[in-house]
Amino acid sequence: MFSKGTKRKFPDGGEELPEEGLPSSNEELASASYSLQRQSLLDMSLIKLQLCHMLVEPNLCRSVLIANTVRQIQEEMTHDGSWQTAAMIEAIAAAGSGCSGAGAPPERLVATEVLCRPGREMTGGSDAEPKLFSVMGYDGCREEEVVAVEEDSICSEAASNVCLSGSMGHCWERGVLRGERELDSRLGAPDEDVDVEEEDEEEEDNDLEGCRDEGEAKATRQVFGTFEIKNSHPGPESALEELFSDVDPSYYDLDTVLTGMQAAPKIGPYDLLDSLSQSHSPSSLGSAANCRSDLNELDHIMEIIVGS
Amino acid sequence: MGEDGESPKINHSFLRDYVTEADVISTVEFNQTGDLLATGDKGGRVVIFQRETQSKGEPEELGESGEYNVYSTFQSHEPDFDYLKSLEIEEKINKIRWLPQQNAAHFLLSTNDKTIKLWKVSERDKRPEGYNLKDEEGRVKDFSTVTSLQVPVLKPTDLMVEVRPRRVFSNGHTYHVNSISVNSDGETYLSADDLRINMWHLGITDRSFNIVDIKPANMEDLTEVITAAEFHPKHCHLFVYSSSKGTLRLCDMRASALCDKHSKIFEEPEDPGNRSFFSEIISSVSDVKFSHSGRYLLTRDYLTVKVWDLHMEKGPVETYQVHEYLRSKLCSLYENDCIFDKFECVWNSTDSVIMTGAYNSFFRMFDRETGRGVTLEAWRESSKPRAVLRTRRVYTGGRRRRGDVGVDSLDFTKKILHMAWHPAENIIAIAATNNLYIFQDRVNPETQ
Repeated sequence: MFSKGTKRKFPDGGEELPEEGLPSSNEELASASYSLQRQSLLDMSLIKLQLCHMLVEPNLCRSVLIANTVRQIQEEMTHDGSWQTAAMIEAIAAAGSGCSGAGAPPERLVATEVLCRPGREMTGGSDAEPKLFSVMGYDGCREEEVVAVEEDSICSEAASNVCLSGSMGHCWERGVLRGERELDSRLGAPDEDVDVEEEDEEEEDNDLEGCRDEGEAKATRQVFGTFEIKNSHPGPESALEELFSDVDPSYYDLDTVLTGMQAAPKIGPYDLLDSLSQSHSPSSLGSAANCRSDLNELDHIMEIIVGS
Repeated sequence: MGEDGESPKINHSFLRDYVTEADVISTVEFNQTGDLLATGDKGGRVVIFQRETQSKGEPEELGESGEYNVYSTFQSHEPDFDYLKSLEIEEKINKIRWLPQQNAAHFLLSTNDKTIKLWKVSERDKRPEGYNLKDEEGRVKDFSTVTSLQVPVLKPTDLMVEVRPRRVFSNGHTYHVNSISVNSDGETYLSADDLRINMWHLGITDRSFNIVDIKPANMEDLTEVITAAEFHPKHCHLFVYSSSKGTLRLCDMRASALCDKHSKIFEEPEDPGNRSFFSEIISSVSDVKFSHSGRYLLTRDYLTVKVWDLHMEKGPVETYQVHEYLRSKLCSLYENDCIFDKFECVWNSTDSVIMTGAYNSFFRMFDRETGRGVTLEAWRESSKPRAVLRTRRVYTGGRRRRGDVGVDSLDFTKKILHMAWHPAENIIAIAATNNLYIFQDRVNPETQ
């Protein structure tokens, strides 16, 4: 695993290269490795923040600590100058459809390794305002109603508690599906899978880092909002339908998902057994929040118990 | 399981071996005399153990102390549902605190995330017999059969322990309650959640005073939460609370009604050499305890336990490394969430030894006089009843001894988070997942 005590290499801030000595290939390597690690840590933290939404009552202390870590990383990245043109991305987003930040832009998160490829820079200036996010809505998901979502897009403007922007959503999808398959798949509604599969591989290269940064800014800004990623794009649906033909279409139902996610009891490996003995309605138990894998586990356990 | 033999291929062993989540012990606490030991678990149950007293007439052998047996079990909290937020409220017991005993009954406070309850534990070992109007089973007699009057007498019966809820302190907290602490005045207690601390009167359930509120006006600005709080053992106007940033704040309730402004703040400056992205997380204080004398504070953060002198705010007077070998593993521990584990810490009765838990069923004791620490293990397989606990070691380099455990072999699912030390003797209670271990010091059972 990563070594501890990642050194802070830019005490003055703003310097691109370490001042001591001439840059050698070793230092560049170390620097790239450090960036990679830092980025990975950032990804992990953001995923953790998202995951904690899924818990019945998020542990506030843990969330605050993770959010502070993310903030810290972002501050350092700002100093590094690796904070890409969020401004430009926002412009694109604004130009995109709808009121919501969930605009249609084909921003997709990319896997970490792609982002960290040297030379992958956004067009335009590097002097974007560092979007130091502020974590908001700690009360959001718990004290207010889930914001109704219109169709497939997320309305994030009006309500304070909200949903992740589409771009960030896709960031999560990608992150989840590519790098973090072992994570609790409660994170995703099937729609996400739909979206990811639809993604055009070539589109990944566009607005990568901007997407990520913008997404991060928004994500951590809306850390406790409900973040059902519903920004599904029209795409080759036949292929998708083929892939997901065995999935219960009710999972796609946003209301089910949202209420399910909010109301579903915390599902741990042992809770599944408990829930078997209770008569949960299909909608609550079958909500996407519990996800298909939980149902598979459920089936498996049912088999064992019933002995069939 | 073995219900039927029709499905021989299905492996039932996982059902045998798993630990019921509800049985995981979440808090342990001795009462003021040490005769009673209460544990709370994730299923909302409280189990009280009582120490067996010596039979009368037998000389008490030095080192031969009574054992703890189950005294009473009751369901303290039930799972609840917050309809406004559409969220479940866990029934897990976060803390138990005993009240000082005032009469034959015992009282304890137990809390889950939202609601604190006061329980009365009383014994009944006599019952009246010889009623005139009721027969032995309690049925009303036919009056015509009553020919004479008798006076009911109390006859001894089998001991019955009754536990009844006497107060329910609800709706006091928006966030999760992490601490409760009974005041030395015997009338009030505090309860702390992530952002607020309330003071209650034990007799009044519909009102509480808010004495600390660190909720920012804009939740976006939230960067720090309260992690633990405790009243001073002797001064009823003083209390301390710890934060996720590693600070301790001592507050004096005489100063103002709302103690947002601390009287003293205890903070250790960060060591720049050890700086990392995880520095803040590992500095978060998971537990704070006043010493019995009231002079010192004991705090636990992820890698260390620290002793603070109330008279010195600029840093701890003693720091003990609990598991420094984990410092290089912080990223993995962050990934698997272990870095957020909240370990408790305790003083012994004379404040000369401190103890805290670690991973792999290990727990650590530090002798303050010598500064030395020892690692012990709470694991059924390696300790039989009355066997002497042997010290363990984690191998971190140098000469490897037999029995040393490598850092990578540590089991991070076996964590010792909760523990208690007898108020007068060298008896400790260690909660290891769903097991409770009680260890006694035979060599020095009584503390000097």
